[in-house]
Amino acid sequence: MAKVAPEWETVVGLEVHVELATDTKLFSAAPSRFGDEPNTNVTPVCLGLPGSLPVLNRRAVELAIAVGLALNCEIRPSIFHRKNYFYPDMPKDYQVSQYDQPICSDGWLDVPGANRVGIERAHLEEDAGKTTHLGGADGRIHGAVGALVDYNRAGTPLLEIVSRPDIGSAAEASAYVEELRAILLALGASDARLEEGSMRVDANISVRPAGSDELRTRCEVKNVNSLRSLRNAIDYEARRHIGLYQSGEEPIQETRHWSTDGRTHALRSKEEADDYRYFPEPDLVPLAPDPEWISRVRAAMPALPAAQRERLGELGADLDDAQIIVNRGLASLVLDAVGAGADANRTVMHAVQNLALDGAELLDATQLASLVQMEAAGQLTATQAKTVLGVMCERAHDGNADPGAIAAELGFEAMDSSELEMLVGQAIADHPEAWQKFCAGEAKVAGVFVGAVMKATRGQADGKVVNQLLAQRRDA
Amino acid sequence: MGDQTAAISTDQVAHVARLARIELTSAEIDHYTGHLGRVLDHARELEDLDLAEVPPLAHPYPLQNVFRDDVAGAPSDRDEVLNQAPAASDGQFEVPPVLGGEA
Amino acid sequence: MSTAKAIAQDVRTGTRRAAAVLEEYLGRIELHDSDIHAFNTVTAEQARAAAASIDAAVSQGRDPGPLAGVPIAFKDNMCTRGVPTTCSSRMLETWSPPYDATVVQAMTAAGAVMVGKTNLDEFAMGSSTEHSAFGPTRNPYDLTRVPGGSSGGSAAAVAAGFVPLALGSDTGGSIRQPAALCGIVGIKPTYGRVSRYGLVAFASSFDQIGPFAADVADAALALEVISGHDPGDSTSIPTAVPDYDAALGKGVEGLRVGVISELTGGGRNGSRNGGGNGNLLEGIDADIAERVLEAADALAEAGAVVGSVSVPAVTYGLTAYYLIAPAEASSNLARYDGTRYGLRIDGADVEEMNRLTRRAGFGDEVKARIMLGTFALSAGYYDAYYGKAQRVRMLTRRDFDAAYADYDVLLSPTSPCVAFRFGERSDPMTMYRCDTCTIPSNLSGDPAMSVPFGTGTDDLPVGVQILAPALGEETMLTVAAALERAAPPLPAPQMAAGGASGGA
Repeated sequence: MAKVAPEWETVVGLEVHVELATDTKLFSAAPSRFGDEPNTNVTPVCLGLPGSLPVLNRRAVELAIAVGLALNCEIRPSIFHRKNYFYPDMPKDYQVSQYDQPICSDGWLDVPGANRVGIERAHLEEDAGKTTHLGGADGRIHGAVGALVDYNRAGTPLLEIVSRPDIGSAAEASAYVEELRAILLALGASDARLEEGSMRVDANISVRPAGSDELRTRCEVKNVNSLRSLRNAIDYEARRHIGLYQSGEEPIQETRHWSTDGRTHALRSKEEADDYRYFPEPDLVPLAPDPEWISRVRAAMPALPAAQRERLGELGADLDDAQIIVNRGLASLVLDAVGAGADANRTVMHAVQNLALDGAELLDATQLASLVQMEAAGQLTATQAKTVLGVMCERAHDGNADPGAIAAELGFEAMDSSELEMLVGQAIADHPEAWQKFCAGEAKVAGVFVGAVMKATRGQADGKVVNQLLAQRRDA
Repeated sequence: MGDQTAAISTDQVAHVARLARIELTSAEIDHYTGHLGRVLDHARELEDLDLAEVPPLAHPYPLQNVFRDDVAGAPSDRDEVLNQAPAASDGQFEVPPVLGGEA
Repeated sequence: MSTAKAIAQDVRTGTRRAAAVLEEYLGRIELHDSDIHAFNTVTAEQARAAAASIDAAVSQGRDPGPLAGVPIAFKDNMCTRGVPTTCSSRMLETWSPPYDATVVQAMTAAGAVMVGKTNLDEFAMGSSTEHSAFGPTRNPYDLTRVPGGSSGGSAAAVAAGFVPLALGSDTGGSIRQPAALCGIVGIKPTYGRVSRYGLVAFASSFDQIGPFAADVADAALALEVISGHDPGDSTSIPTAVPDYDAALGKGVEGLRVGVISELTGGGRNGSRNGGGNGNLLEGIDADIAERVLEAADALAEAGAVVGSVSVPAVTYGLTAYYLIAPAEASSNLARYDGTRYGLRIDGADVEEMNRLTRRAGFGDEVKARIMLGTFALSAGYYDAYYGKAQRVRMLTRRDFDAAYADYDVLLSPTSPCVAFRFGERSDPMTMYRCDTCTIPSNLSGDPAMSVPFGTGTDDLPVGVQILAPALGEETMLTVAAALERAAPPLPAPQMAAGGASGGA
């Protein structure tokens, strides 16, 4: 991506919130689940009922530690604070969050094809509920006549990962988020979906004269819900800052909203908004993970994206393919399938071309391996294999994705080779002129015979095998 | 107020009332300025204490690492909860319009 | 009147029926609570059903538990499912929780029968019950005087014979001070000994639930039932609960008892004349300090080793407490915003609705403390107020640790004065000084209790406070039992005489 203006450079730090993949909320035993009926996944704790008290979810801490380790952070003793402000979807009118003593601090992330980005901290906090504004256009605040509040999301564990301002462009920011997302997927720490809000990115953006190392006034841009809008928001905001400096003005430090009109807009700031009156949460005790626990978490960590890309490279995947597989969270699946005996090239090919599907990340490696083996053995054509894979993904969540059974169900049966030879002979007999051309070296007319065989078998023949048989006849 | 020695001014009380979302008349602001001022005046006795070497104490009993397992329990009954709400509709809590920044 | 222990024993053995016991107490409430106003809610029908099922259990040969058929009252800041839990505030006047507090479950499981919810200073903020939105409770010893607070309703209910047992909560003295003013026993356990789950929070790092009873043995019995680890309260201590009853008969021979010099005016080292009131903290009545010294003499006579000990930080406790507790309260009470439960006053937008609701729902003292706490935490003032107060808290902890290196328990007055008249302490600092002697234990989290020991001005009850190190409840109870044996008999409460003309 081109520089915004050659004499200026962009400085970006990212705050990424991810919902941790726990079964229950950070401080209560309510299910942590997306998409249920409003206010059904709540307990007295989630509703901030008088007398209710929080108890910390061990699994959320474990996931935070794993992410911290993956980001080369130090895991330190930490405490929770209360951040006090009023908002209807915040049931206690304070948010419990780690403040000056986060669980993870001082790490880094190597972004493929870009710089090392420092990680300032990663801390645990609780999510708010959801407010739906009634009567305003598009459910937005302006012009609303009221609002409805659903606390199902209230108390969902969030990990906020704060980078240092080490990111120099929109493209680098995007690559950072992709790499972070791949790490979260590899760890199973979050499903990290920007579009669904289980991963949320806020960008702190400023500019400075090229080559300088000063940090100028930054603006925090919120509401970026895709990598594309992240890139566009950064470019827009950097240009806005440059424009202000060039006309002798300066940006003011504020929070801005990325909007569908392709601009950022300042939020109406409230006088008291900045005084959060943080103080140590008296209802929770200090968190000091002992070294043994941290070691256990480290030992249980799967291969991380950098290592996964390297191993995929060793299997023959090129860099782009490896990146695609890792970013889809499919690296372990591919590596394990190959480990279970699947052909590496075919497995990589399927992962890249045929597995941009929901449910792919849930596939069982041995089932994927047996699919690839069936294909290699000629029991399935390439087209059939793709179809079976699609069904496997649909069924992956209930584990009912055996490729043999699915192939049988779809009526995909391997052609008997003598039957196929007979059909090839029939096709040649039906198209004598084409056959002459083919024998004279006009390879493209092979399609006539392949098409005829396919028609006769209703698509169940393997095109590759038909081509092989045609070549055998010609060369005989 | 003009009193240089007052521990808290009416402006500060008005600000604090806004932070705490309590509507007050100006007479009430004066009343609370007096009340808070008396307590804060008394708090000046702490100014004489040398506490530089004394760390803060947030929890009276030294526990740490208290967890629960990530196992779901029974959620509250929605009707029972919403029956206590001042206003509810569609299974949700209903409030007047929310102005200002989107949080 | 029977003790809780005697009632439970009779009910368990089938000698008395829980239903009959209940009617006796309900009758007294019916007759006299219009004078006292100990209760916000009397749950007579629910209590009759509970008593019937206790009796049924006994007749079927099952043991309903150590408090079988004992009528009990809960301070109205403890959640009771389906029963109003108002905190004596307009804000929660109509609120019924969808769950029971852990202590309510524990009491029910032990066979106790809830007869009602008792009055308190709004959200437990006060020392007289005058800050209740529903009117004050009167002291059974003198209806023109306060019962103390904030658990004044629970203390008065026990003193008036409405219940043998009641629970209160103690944030800065709210169990011990009303126990002293009403001539009964009140215990603030070690912070974390009793679960806070379901106690509507005032100041979370201080709040602790404890029992009121007419004697030490009943208080110990109730304490044993409500103590123990609760996985629903992260600050709950995971250690086993001792047999508190066994501690009562142990005797004090050889126990080292330190009289806190700052709260008694110097005290003594063996000699009655060695002390003097030279450094008695402002506002502590001399005759109350004198009762403490008499109590120390009684313990010495029973074989304890009595000395005088300085705990310098107690002189700063009041200030530290009145910064930290309001700070926590300002956050704990933010949730009363009109959205989810309780009062709502409508407004044009959410913010206005919040402001109007909180204006109408909170009383004067609650508003003052919320604003004080908000100020103590606000930008630019945190270090000077909240931060500094947390350091004083550590100082208190250290001073107590030093004292407990030399002494097993400490003695002081519970309240600096006997029950005062309504309206007598309207200045906030004057009211806050009621908590001077009790606050240090809330700062340190250590257990402390009040035991009646003689009378003061106008022949009104005086309480002596026994303080012990964390989880030192057994030693504390041993000393309490010894003091109870040595205490001069109290005059009977005058409430039965029907002098109901007094009041606020």
